[in-house]
Amino acid sequence: MTTETNKSLMTPANIITGIFLAIGLVITVLRFTKGLGYVTNLDQNNPWGVWISFDLLCGVALAAGGYTTSSACYIFGMKKYHSAVRPAILTAFLGYALVVFALHYDVGRPYRLVYPLFVSPGTTSLLFEVGLCVFLYVTVLAIEFSPAMFEWLGMKNLRNKIHKLTLALTVFGVVLSTLHQSSLGALYIAAPSKIHPLWYSPYLAVLFFISSIPAGLSMVIFEGTLAHKPWHHMMDKTHLDEHEGVILGFARGASIALAAYFCVKIVAVGYDNNWHYLATGWGAWWLVEVLGFVALPSLLYAIGSREKNIKLIKWTAALTVFGIILNRFNVSIVAFNYTLPSSQRYFPSLMEIGVSIFVVTVGVTAYRFIVSRMPIFFEHPDYKDAH
Amino acid sequence: MKRRQFLGLLGAAGITATLGTEAQAATGHSFDGYPNAKGVLFDSTRCIGCRKCEAACNKVNKLPAPAKPFDDLKVLDTERRTDEKTYTVVNKYVGKKGPAFRKVQCNHCQEPACASVCFVKAFTKNPDGSVTYDASLCVGCRYCMVACPFNIPAYEYNDPITPRIMKCTMCHDQITKGELSAPGCVGACPKEALLYGKRKDLIEVARERIRRNPERYQDHIYGEKEMGGTNWLYVSGAEFKDIGLREDLGTTSVPTMTAGPLSVVPMVAALWPALLGGVWAMNKRKEKVAAEEQKAAVKAAKAEVKAEAAAKLAKELEKAEKDKAQAIEREVKRALEEAAAAKKDEEGA
Repeated sequence: MTTETNKSLMTPANIITGIFLAIGLVITVLRFTKGLGYVTNLDQNNPWGVWISFDLLCGVALAAGGYTTSSACYIFGMKKYHSAVRPAILTAFLGYALVVFALHYDVGRPYRLVYPLFVSPGTTSLLFEVGLCVFLYVTVLAIEFSPAMFEWLGMKNLRNKIHKLTLALTVFGVVLSTLHQSSLGALYIAAPSKIHPLWYSPYLAVLFFISSIPAGLSMVIFEGTLAHKPWHHMMDKTHLDEHEGVILGFARGASIALAAYFCVKIVAVGYDNNWHYLATGWGAWWLVEVLGFVALPSLLYAIGSREKNIKLIKWTAALTVFGIILNRFNVSIVAFNYTLPSSQRYFPSLMEIGVSIFVVTVGVTAYRFIVSRMPIFFEHPDYKDAH
Repeated sequence: MKRRQFLGLLGAAGITATLGTEAQAATGHSFDGYPNAKGVLFDSTRCIGCRKCEAACNKVNKLPAPAKPFDDLKVLDTERRTDEKTYTVVNKYVGKKGPAFRKVQCNHCQEPACASVCFVKAFTKNPDGSVTYDASLCVGCRYCMVACPFNIPAYEYNDPITPRIMKCTMCHDQITKGELSAPGCVGACPKEALLYGKRKDLIEVARERIRRNPERYQDHIYGEKEMGGTNWLYVSGAEFKDIGLREDLGTTSVPTMTAGPLSVVPMVAALWPALLGGVWAMNKRKEKVAAEEQKAAVKAAKAEVKAEAAAKLAKELEKAEKDKAQAIEREVKRALEEAAAAKKDEEGA
């Protein structure tokens, strides 16, 4: 199973990984010796940068594949997606673990990250809500993922005990995901005067939650596509047979979810009667996001699943993922502080981007390590038909 | 604090239920600030931009020395904001009627955004009207800076391990200890552009000034209602937006805005398990019914096949019986014929 170790470690992928990790470690040292001011472009008017926009907001949204896939399979009874659950849970677990990891860079006193939970809970804060849910959900995901590890380690007893919790964990996972996905949007409800009206809405919570569904489904498709070639030999017959069904089914689901998201986007503008902004430059940018990265992928997904055009679906998944990233950046950076002159606006520093790349690299490396060893793309022979 | 507590209870009903306190959602309770809360009235028409308040603030709060001395008035040529070394700044705005000055510092909101969004309760709205910060709880997330509509809290970006949020405290500690009778800036103002007192009284004073000199003042007390009201109040000759005070903030406080999404949280936690469990149970039942129906169908099909087979067998048996009977008959007949023939032969012979 450990095919990688048989080959030389000096593959192009490993070399790039090594470079990114090395750069990341250097910036890590700088961050914790010279402070945020040295490595970031953050300032008194722009307290949140790309580490929040990408590592936290996008990280959490794109890790939504975990709760969407597991609920489709275990709650909504779509058993034909069973082979997609483990890869999705793994990605979600790694995604959330990395969100927590990245936050250690961003907050000023990472050694106090448990304070909101155990020392002085600020229950009026939506950030408390996010913190509590993310903390609990990382734990849930770790437990949901653990059977794969126990199967790999041959710890049958523990594996079987945890396997019995599947339904409860799935329900709990959906509750927590609903809460923190939406609360991430609701964080910005506290800054009504700073975000452009086209992106500010009392519905930010709904917008973030609904958009996390197509984000998660698209990530499962996108990632499945990326993983298919390098780990084809690790995939069992069930996984390979179900693969196309997963793509078609998820494309249909994502198409509907994007259509719903599109409607909420429209309602959010209509609720505050902000239509007149559509005629401005901001409006043009809003239309690019909503037509190009919400309406268009919804349509393309529909066409793709109807015509069983797997290639089109895969490209649409990439388009959707990009669209979600664009939305999170629009809310948290582009439309944030829109009233300030451009000289006082924020643009990330190279070192900030370096840390974000470092974090993603850590995730990809962990993913590669795990899927090459543990039963993720195949069912462990001892537990076949156990579900 | 009542308002904040109420919102907190609303947001974390599940947690607070165990603490034995009640959410006050149904009482129509509203918070109009602490009755004896103090504040400061800033009169822009009296301010001459001498920066004495800045110097005094720096001194009483033991802040680091500035890059340029406080008597250097060229500093006023660029618009500034508060930062980690400066709790207050005075800005100059050149308008039609000549320059106008405005002092910038924490406005000490009645329902502070910073306090409501802080996930470790590092901010406190004190009964004396001030909003203070406790660095011993702060995680350094900077959400207060995101939420503050006036862009006041500043962060020590160059401290890698123990950064603090820095902002005006209305000299809460110094006044509590009796070191000062009014905030440092107020005491230092040579033109009485700053007035310290009960917020209620300050509003009366401000109204009186506007009433007596309507041509000198805008007919508005900035901070009376903005963002739910602030304890630092402003009157001005120039339009407020022209002295760097946004007029589009509205009168709703941040905790009121976030109350909606917070109130949904316990509902999701309460209803989702039933909803999802229900969907699961429905699917389970559907599967069970389908399995039963399948079983029944198989049984019926089996019975039908069996009956058919039985019928066929019976038919075959019947046929065989018939054949047998016919064969016997035939045999008997032949035997009889043979017997008859034999008899004939016998008779003939």
